[in-house]
Amino acid sequence: MFNAYNNFNMDVIERYKKVFIETFKVSEKDLINGFASQNIDKWDSVAHLKLISELENEFDIMLDTDDLLELNSFEIGKKILIKYEIQI
Amino acid sequence: MDKLLFGRVCLVTGTSKGIGQSIAEKFADEGAIVYANAHTHGSIDKWASSVSAKTQSDVIPVYFDVTDQNAVKNAVMQIKNRHKRIDTLVNNAGIVDYNILAMTKMDDLRNMFEVNVVAAIYLMQLVSRIMVRQNSGSIINISSLVGVEGVTGQLAYSATKGALNAVTKSASKEFAHNNIKVNAIAPGMVATERLLNIIETRFKDKMPNIGMGRLAKPEEIANACLFLASDLSDYITGQVIAVDGSTTLT
Repeated sequence: MFNAYNNFNMDVIERYKKVFIETFKVSEKDLINGFASQNIDKWDSVAHLKLISELENEFDIMLDTDDLLELNSFEIGKKILIKYEIQI
Repeated sequence: MDKLLFGRVCLVTGTSKGIGQSIAEKFADEGAIVYANAHTHGSIDKWASSVSAKTQSDVIPVYFDVTDQNAVKNAVMQIKNRHKRIDTLVNNAGIVDYNILAMTKMDDLRNMFEVNVVAAIYLMQLVSRIMVRQNSGSIINISSLVGVEGVTGQLAYSATKGALNAVTKSASKEFAHNNIKVNAIAPGMVATERLLNIIETRFKDKMPNIGMGRLAKPEEIANACLFLASDLSDYITGQVIAVDGSTTLT
């Protein structure tokens, strides 16, 4: 049975992954194991700002400063987006 | 001649009177879509309509207290959702006082920093994230000559404007590689209603200190902002430009 909700969620996660892939120029498999600012050299403040800008544009949100600062990994980013009612 | 800001989306804070209104009018005259902010709901509806009609541009009132971060964020989001871009931010909203160091109340000082500095920084944070995606933008902070030179009797105000100058210079370095210009205008004494109301009591003895012998017109400050908002200043960033008619402060 076609589950529109599941398909929509898959779309959201794909869009989320795409932002990370394009921002950091990595492949999807790189995102699986602990993709975080403390272990990715190219995740500096410039890249962080670009990531935030792209996520905000992709999902039509504006992050509070606290969330912006806390978004330091692929996994934490998902939890933060849920706060902004993005069903990821 | 082509309009210098045709189609550009501009947010100007503090447009209920004076310099802010002049800036908004100048931008509208040059074809910009101007989001004109004021604190009190409804206070600039008539003025915005008349400027829109006169210039054939959109001047859209947006009401928020610049220190209310939720309201600021909602306003910026609305502009972004409608236009997908913001080209120019003018941080003009501010408060002023006239007290020497010894008479400055700490609560008043903190409040002045909240409005004149913290609010400006927060707006820059939000708008710059939109500008980064565009790889373009102009942020203009309305400072003051007193923030550059210091002055007797406006310690708190000059402290906030000095801080705003430092914010301008630091932000300009952070955003240069994103092609976002960040500059400040430092007006001298400007013939606004506010100043004209107090000039006899507070500033009459300052007039001889103005080399050009007159107060600035608000439009002259707006002209400088227009330059910084337009492509004419594409290689200018990190500057605090005095528009002061050769004023000496004591």
